Amino acid sequence: MAGGSDKSFKPALNFTRKLKGIISGSSGPAFYKADERIIHPFSVIVQKEIADHVRSWRFLILLAIISLTCLGSMYTALSSIREAIKPNDPEGSFLFLKLFTVSDGILPSFVVFISFLGPLLGISLGFDSVNSEHNKGTLSRLLSQPIHRDYILNAKFVAALIVISVMFVALGFLVMGFGLITIGIPPTAGEFMRIIIFLVISIIYVAFWLNLSILFSVRFRQPATSALSGIAIWLFFSVFYGMIVDLIMKGMVPQGFATENQIINFELFRMNLNRLSPSQLFSDATTTLLMPSVRSLGPLSMIQVMGTIPGPLRLTQSLLLVWPQITGLVAGTIICFVLSYISFMRKEIRSR
Amino acid sequence: MNGNIIELVDLTKKYGDFTAVDSLNLSVKKGEVFGLLGPNGAGKSTTILMLLGLTEPSSGSVRVCGIDPVTNPIDVKKRVGYLPEDVGFYFNLTGWENLMFTARLNALSGKEAAAKVKSLIERVGLSDAAEKKTGQYSRGMIQRLGLAEVLLKSPEVIILDEPTLGIDPTGVVELLQLIVRLSREDGITVLFSSHYLHQVQQVCDRVGIFVEGRLIAEGNLKELSGKLFEGAPYVIEAGVSFDGIDLKNAKPEEWLHEKLNGIEGFTAVKPGRNGFNIECQTDLSAIISKTIINSGGGLYYLNKKEFGLDEIYNRYFEGGMLNGRRQ
Repeated sequence: MAGGSDKSFKPALNFTRKLKGIISGSSGPAFYKADERIIHPFSVIVQKEIADHVRSWRFLILLAIISLTCLGSMYTALSSIREAIKPNDPEGSFLFLKLFTVSDGILPSFVVFISFLGPLLGISLGFDSVNSEHNKGTLSRLLSQPIHRDYILNAKFVAALIVISVMFVALGFLVMGFGLITIGIPPTAGEFMRIIIFLVISIIYVAFWLNLSILFSVRFRQPATSALSGIAIWLFFSVFYGMIVDLIMKGMVPQGFATENQIINFELFRMNLNRLSPSQLFSDATTTLLMPSVRSLGPLSMIQVMGTIPGPLRLTQSLLLVWPQITGLVAGTIICFVLSYISFMRKEIRSR
Repeated sequence: MNGNIIELVDLTKKYGDFTAVDSLNLSVKKGEVFGLLGPNGAGKSTTILMLLGLTEPSSGSVRVCGIDPVTNPIDVKKRVGYLPEDVGFYFNLTGWENLMFTARLNALSGKEAAAKVKSLIERVGLSDAAEKKTGQYSRGMIQRLGLAEVLLKSPEVIILDEPTLGIDPTGVVELLQLIVRLSREDGITVLFSSHYLHQVQQVCDRVGIFVEGRLIAEGNLKELSGKLFEGAPYVIEAGVSFDGIDLKNAKPEEWLHEKLNGIEGFTAVKPGRNGFNIECQTDLSAIISKTIINSGGGLYYLNKKEFGLDEIYNRYFEGGMLNGRRQ
């Protein structure tokens, strides 16, 4: 009996060993291979960083959370998509996009989930990128190798960006694939392009938070400090900023007999204040792209609306509408990167 | 090039008002093991960082292998291996993986890298631990792995910043022997900073003593002690028993002085830690022992005192402190 149980145990053992090999990576990054190739040092660092990210518990947990929310939002979208289409709806022909935006009121839509969890992903991939190397004592060792100093920072950014991009593109395509199977209507070329651009904007949005957290990781010696500063800013913008703007605007509400101009100016000011928040920029950009019937992000006067036929915008028109938002997000990303770059290049790295 | 692989001329580094390194002039010959000795905060690490181009000097010039690390840090880093103080490795990777990573950063092909990493791991005696994650390594193993990493790029110079910090005594001896062997076998110049005198004494050809950013002495042990203890080249430690001697209320050293005074070459007697330190111009041990015994004293031991780095260091360090106060 004992021998029998032994035998039955062996394949299981083999299997776990194999699984362990896959997880801990007996097949690691390409630079472990003993071939004739010379890999550029920059891509060596990128490979190592990607391997580190993919194998870290932190990333696996976030991946699990985001995949689950993605599944949940897809489920609600699919179950409520029937009610979402009304006759004479200008977006009726953009059924596929509704997969990303429709919700049943209980679970938020895919877009809302991304705008909420994306920053967390960015912060968690970047908050300890430089200071943990310093604390481990590996940074001064790395700097004494014949590589340019900025390789380290750039490679960390590129690696995290690649991880995020792969993840978002995979998730986006998964949602599309499931939708295709369930509703059976293929997306049009326009819809497909809109989804791709939406994914790109999501990646830029997460890249902004990634760079912000890299900046903190250069500035602060303790990973906990930099993580908390990142999360604090994220919470500030996603929870408190709206309240503060409302509070300010309450005192500035125009009187009952205000002119049209005053009311429009008031509304514009409120929107511009809101747009200082990156999550507002992101949600402006994504709703416009995924709901082609949105034709203006600001207030429209009666004269402007009068006589218009409700209809979807063309892709180029939608893009034109959100171009400032996209530019703003990219600019924020670049500013954070430049700041961390300058501060990293000027830093004198002593051992630990 | 005149055979000097490291050449520092009037090197100065200031942090605001604080001068970490003060017009330092230093040259290290090819193949030498040079020890930078000094207390904490004397500017050793700052000097090393400037050698590697990791920080810019405020003034003065640095040449390493004839290259200026301020303008060409990459070329310098190709030739110089640096083991930082309290070095660390990625603890989630094995020793082998850590070294492979560094090897590929040095633009070695996969095949070369694998061969080199294997031979170096054997050389530093880590073959059994190569597949272990470095998180499980002991401090001594980490240092040996660090040494292997430094040798990966086949350096002309290796710079070790406090390599023996936090290792137990046997580990220190092993590591130092390893360093010396490597330097002799491959003809590598070694620059080695420490505040432990005995270690420096064991392995270094030449020593530079660093206090408050200034190199106050350099040379081999003999030169240093010669320079410093000019007045009294010989000190003889004597343990003397005064049983049965009437000192006539004099202090013991005064009695001894009186007895020894007639001998030619004798200069002074001072109370030492255990016995007396007898200072003289030549080696007078034989006459001194005879004199003491003839005068009725007992002799426990007579010991010719060699000046180790301890004394040199203490004396220079005191001098440095005094100068510092005077400024």
